[in-house]
Amino acid sequence: MVVENLKHRPIRTLLSIIAISIQVTLVLALVGLSRGMLNDQARRAKGVGADILVRPPNAALVISGGQMLAQIIPAIIDKTPHVQVATGVLTYGTDLFNYVTGVDLATFDTMSGGFQFVRGGPFKGPEDVMVDQYYAAQHKVHVGDTISIINRPWHVSGIYVPGMLARLVVPLSTLQDLTANTGKITMVYVKVDRPENIGPTIAALSDRLKTYKVYSMEDYVTLFSPANIPLLTQFIGVVITLGVLVGFLVVFLSMYTAVLERTREIGVLKALGASPGLILNILLRETALLAVAGSILGIALAYGTRALIARLMPGTLIQAIVYDWWAIATALALVGALLGAVYPGLKAARQDAIEALAYE
Amino acid sequence: MTRWRMSDAPIIAIRGLTKTYRVGDVEVAALRGVDLDVARGEFVSIVGPSGSGKSTLFYIIGGLAPPTSGSVHIAGRDLLGMTDAQRTELRKSSVGFVFQKYNLLPTLTARDNIEIARYIAHKNGPLDAGFEEVLKLLGIAGRLDHKPRALSGGEQQRVAIARAIVNHPAILLADEPTGNLDTENSAAVLELLHDLNHRLGQTILMITHNPEAAAYGHRIVRMRDGRIE
Repeated sequence: MVVENLKHRPIRTLLSIIAISIQVTLVLALVGLSRGMLNDQARRAKGVGADILVRPPNAALVISGGQMLAQIIPAIIDKTPHVQVATGVLTYGTDLFNYVTGVDLATFDTMSGGFQFVRGGPFKGPEDVMVDQYYAAQHKVHVGDTISIINRPWHVSGIYVPGMLARLVVPLSTLQDLTANTGKITMVYVKVDRPENIGPTIAALSDRLKTYKVYSMEDYVTLFSPANIPLLTQFIGVVITLGVLVGFLVVFLSMYTAVLERTREIGVLKALGASPGLILNILLRETALLAVAGSILGIALAYGTRALIARLMPGTLIQAIVYDWWAIATALALVGALLGAVYPGLKAARQDAIEALAYE
Repeated sequence: MTRWRMSDAPIIAIRGLTKTYRVGDVEVAALRGVDLDVARGEFVSIVGPSGSGKSTLFYIIGGLAPPTSGSVHIAGRDLLGMTDAQRTELRKSSVGFVFQKYNLLPTLTARDNIEIARYIAHKNGPLDAGFEEVLKLLGIAGRLDHKPRALSGGEQQRVAIARAIVNHPAILLADEPTGNLDTENSAAVLELLHDLNHRLGQTILMITHNPEAAAYGHRIVRMRDGRIE
């Protein structure tokens, strides 16, 4: 009966399922985006090939600008035992999701083994920029093109395989001068001679640099989680709440009209001896079925949003498939939908049988 | 063979029944002291003009509305003072309804419309062989997999009769069962009710405006102004 009732009004059923699926997709896409982008940042940080990261005191997880003096490298870090190479980078945000990184290519290549280029090569002049494949694909950039970053033109010298630092890499000194950070850097990557010396080197650097934050790269990448990004968890919470509210309203309206439309049928069921509990039960089961179908569609649509984002904005947004959130998103859809069905369900259950039977 | 026996305790025993509805600030007396006995296996036709209280009496006997005062005993159980849950239980076990507008559930097949009554009464498993015979008697055995919209009015009413008696109720209440049917189908439905009463001993109360339909009953009860004449 539950399935037949839903089949009887296919358009309303379909619209309800689609509305619930949008709620589920919204949650899965948002959580997937936050996790995908943080994972990508962690992967790119790891791709540098460093063992240790030195960051300024009180630095947030995602930072940019010249927050420490580059002089810290020759003065302290290079002189610490077991340090093989240290390289400072300056990051500068270009928009909400992207930033450009200034590197000293000589020390950076020693540490990382160098960028792998698919076209062109490393920058030769101060106004050269290297971009990764994602950026090149999204912005249709080719070697030899001139692109505008931070309100000035740059010459594209090479396109490299993604997975290292930022999507845009420029000479350190140019970026320092351009952003009024001459002599300053954002953080320092450090490589030690042998893995077993990472711990002692961190201890030695912490001792010498006092208030600076010194992490092993293994520890650093574990910090890339939504909980460590200010306001992200709250933002996800707001979107989830809105999603549940939308699911609630859609199901409320859908079930309310269904109850009005089925007034006479409810009267018949009561005449046959159906208790108010049974009538409520039938409507709640219909709702649960809508929510489950909407959730399945929503999960499928989350794959669609991932494919769409990967096609349209590969250099800006990355959406992960968050399997652990499938059950959570389904549960949220169920809660919203069942809450939406409670009032119409109670209205149906309390309906006077004689009035219902007389309903035209 | 007529199976009703006046010597038995009546299956319906009503004494001094009143029912008052409140419409806004006005109290409307729908029943003003009804006395009625119906024997087990009896087929009673209730006639009377609109507003005479036939439907109200029908709803009270069927447990759809509580009486205001008096006593109403159905199969030995007094309806006065019954809770909503007890009246729901009465409808599930002791009463079957047939309505003028058939009132089949449009989303279900004829078979499922019959099965839903069994489901509500917590009766699972296949239909018993005796009821399969009843379906043949009703002439709908070959139409059970169709939805109501694919059935004629006469067929829908026969499905409704099957649904009303599938749980073997003590009383079958039929409210203008031929009101929406043409002459031919009306005659067929009335014959069926007669057969159910005659062959199976089904107690039937039928409301009708039609004197020819009323004549199918063993006796005719006439109502006017909330009383039995």
